Amino acid sequence: MKIDHSLPLEYSTEENRLKVLGFWIFLGAEIMLFATLFASYFTLVDRTGNGPSGAEIFEITPVLIETVVLLTSSFTIGLAVHAMRLGNKKAMLSFFAVTLLLGAGFLAVEISEFVHYVHIGAGIQTSAFTSILLTTLGTHGAHVTLGFFWGLSIMLQVAKRGLTPETANKSFIFSLYWHFLDVVWIFIFSFIYLKGMM
Amino acid sequence: MDFFHRFAVPHPNPAIYASMVAIGLTVIAIVAGLTYFKKWGYLWREWLTTVDHKRIGIMYLISALLMLFRGGADALMMRAQLAVPENTLLDAQHYNEIFTTHGVVMILFMAMPFIMALMNFVVPLQIGARDVAFPRLNALSFWLFFMGAMLFNISFVVGGSPDAGWTSYFPLAGNEFSQSVGTNYYMISIQIAGIGTLMTGINFMTTILKMRAPGMTLMKMPMFTWSALIANVIIVFAFPVLTVALAMGTMDRLFGTHFFTTNNGGMDMLWANLFWVWGHPEVYILILPAFGIYSEVISTFARRNLYGYKSMVASMVIISLLSFLVWAHHFFTMGQGAVANSIFSITTMAIAVPTGVKIFNWLFTLWKGKIEITTPMLYALLFIPLFTIGGVTGVMLGMSAADYQYHNTMFLVAHFHMVIIPGVVFAMLAGLTYYWPKMFGFMLNEKIGKLAAWIIAVSTLLAFMPMFFSGLDGQARRMYTYSEATGFGPWNMVALVGALGLAAGFVLIVYNIYYSTRYASRDISSDPWDARTLEWATHTPVPAYNFAVVPQVNSIEALWDAKKKGHVLFKGKYEKIHMPNSSGVPFIMGVIFFIWGFAFVFAIWPLVILSTIGIFACMAHRSFEKDHGHYISVEQIEEIEGTETKLRGAN
Repeated sequence: MKIDHSLPLEYSTEENRLKVLGFWIFLGAEIMLFATLFASYFTLVDRTGNGPSGAEIFEITPVLIETVVLLTSSFTIGLAVHAMRLGNKKAMLSFFAVTLLLGAGFLAVEISEFVHYVHIGAGIQTSAFTSILLTTLGTHGAHVTLGFFWGLSIMLQVAKRGLTPETANKSFIFSLYWHFLDVVWIFIFSFIYLKGMM
Repeated sequence: MDFFHRFAVPHPNPAIYASMVAIGLTVIAIVAGLTYFKKWGYLWREWLTTVDHKRIGIMYLISALLMLFRGGADALMMRAQLAVPENTLLDAQHYNEIFTTHGVVMILFMAMPFIMALMNFVVPLQIGARDVAFPRLNALSFWLFFMGAMLFNISFVVGGSPDAGWTSYFPLAGNEFSQSVGTNYYMISIQIAGIGTLMTGINFMTTILKMRAPGMTLMKMPMFTWSALIANVIIVFAFPVLTVALAMGTMDRLFGTHFFTTNNGGMDMLWANLFWVWGHPEVYILILPAFGIYSEVISTFARRNLYGYKSMVASMVIISLLSFLVWAHHFFTMGQGAVANSIFSITTMAIAVPTGVKIFNWLFTLWKGKIEITTPMLYALLFIPLFTIGGVTGVMLGMSAADYQYHNTMFLVAHFHMVIIPGVVFAMLAGLTYYWPKMFGFMLNEKIGKLAAWIIAVSTLLAFMPMFFSGLDGQARRMYTYSEATGFGPWNMVALVGALGLAAGFVLIVYNIYYSTRYASRDISSDPWDARTLEWATHTPVPAYNFAVVPQVNSIEALWDAKKKGHVLFKGKYEKIHMPNSSGVPFIMGVIFFIWGFAFVFAIWPLVILSTIGIFACMAHRSFEKDHGHYISVEQIEEIEGTETKLRGAN
């Protein structure tokens, strides 16, 4: 495997460059996936049947907590990649750990939010609106959950194998994924929660 | 008993029982044969675990041909049922199941893998690459497609086939009107195959964008590679829409959500929209690579460079953009209003412009060419007039006002068969014949091949031209019978003759494969067609690493200019080559996906959870695995390169 030392570690081999581009294309597909969910959400948002509307069930406090936690985690994963480029494995792992902890915090709040929705009679079977709401939020949440375990396995590999072109590549791609989830959340926050509460 | 009752076929008939017996006997024969000839190890090592794009391509090809006959059997049953008025060969339910599975099998499990077969085999060779960007992902893509197809195919012997049409419109496809597990099969098997296709799209986009031989700029890529690139871009943007739609449909059926229901706010038209936002681009995923094949074949056998290369590329880009803007023409008559209809009518008809540009480019290529009529060329020449019939009737259907007359009649059925058969199927058969020597080291018999081409072309006309007329007279599609007073009888009888002719043509192709395998000369050069692009610069059969030395490209037709203008393709000496290792994980993951899909269809939740864990375990295994592939040494390369004729089996 030829390593080009003039480039950052995550771009340093041919295989790494292929993987980064491939992942960007994958994110293109993910954009389409969430765009479809949003389009369906906008179509079904007012079709509440006998169930409640968004204005009746949304609460600002947990949503604000989720937003702050997730945005911060996007910042810390950026710091982790920065530490990685400086070659500081310990700092990188610490920022990675903070990121995943924040991700877990986000998930905890989201799960309690879902339990609350089901409790007040806004489950996934209630109406078209609740179906698409919980599916859209749930798809994002499932992505965060997957990211949590994925990130964990990358941390283990970095801890065990050190910063190699391979682990650096994985970490960098993970950071792209994590930023992407944050961007999707900004849309969820703006167009589902804020718009729904207005 | 209740548990097992679900697996019973809800509408059994003798044909299904006969199929069960046939499937059982075939499985026993395959297992016995593999054991008797001691081929299990060979099968596992050389095929099931392979990550070689050429072998994956061949596996796609075999699957596609198998599915062609499955879908073809459905077609024959349909035409036989409709051949005479008031026929009772099939009942309404059975007919519904057959036209549903015919559509799904032919589009998703025949045409798609056929495209994938040629793309997998040809694209890396054509761009001078040693492999695709992600070889193991490529193997996984194939196994997901294959398992999805198998899951779909067992539906008619376990639990019942889907019967809501290949479009699976809600509320017809909802629990209320489709009570058997058939539609579950539809949702889940297409989902599994679709994930595989999406990964292929990502893989080939990366491959084409990043792995071209030095000197091959985007505007020097061969036309088939261009068409594959555009098709893959469409895949990446269209398939996620299908993923979401199928997930919602599955949830409606299994979890009681209200996306497409008719109560509690659900909206059945949302399904129609999402389905066609994917479904319309899907037809261009099929047709663009087919156009790419025709471009290769026509310029090779007209002995002339392709006329209007740049306009060919531009027209494909325009088609790919327009393909996303026309989906609502599939429901002009479902009450969306005059403004929407007009907009979608205009975008639909606009696609005829870039398509026409391509047709004229092929004609101009032929114009001053020295045409040599080989079997692939014959398909290409027959394609032009037949496809034009399909295309022109497409413009007729695209006029929303006139569509109120045509919609839901056999006119539409005739239109899309006249587009897809000459467009996609002819192209795939041309590609099959054209690339056969590169794949297997011998040529298919030209005489039988041409006869088959003529039979298929004439039969296509016989089978589908009558439907234009009976359709204009008002014969509705999806109706399992009609009365004698309608006068549709003779038209449908002619169509049956055409369908039988098509079947004969395909059987003749199989015979040709058998005949040529036995009798064709193995002593062919690596470039038997005197072709123009890089895939013919490799040895035959192609070594695992494709090119011993990476080629240097200076022009669009690299090999032709090497032959005629003395460009040097291969500079420098052999160096050791890095290649990926084979892996059983993609196959195993495919099997787990199959189990997952089956469990999901029948809502066996413990098994769903178990197999989901299995899928993630495979992913984790991959993440932690240290697999850096292996090197092929210079000595090995010299040995392989020196024994080309021996490898071919020629004396």
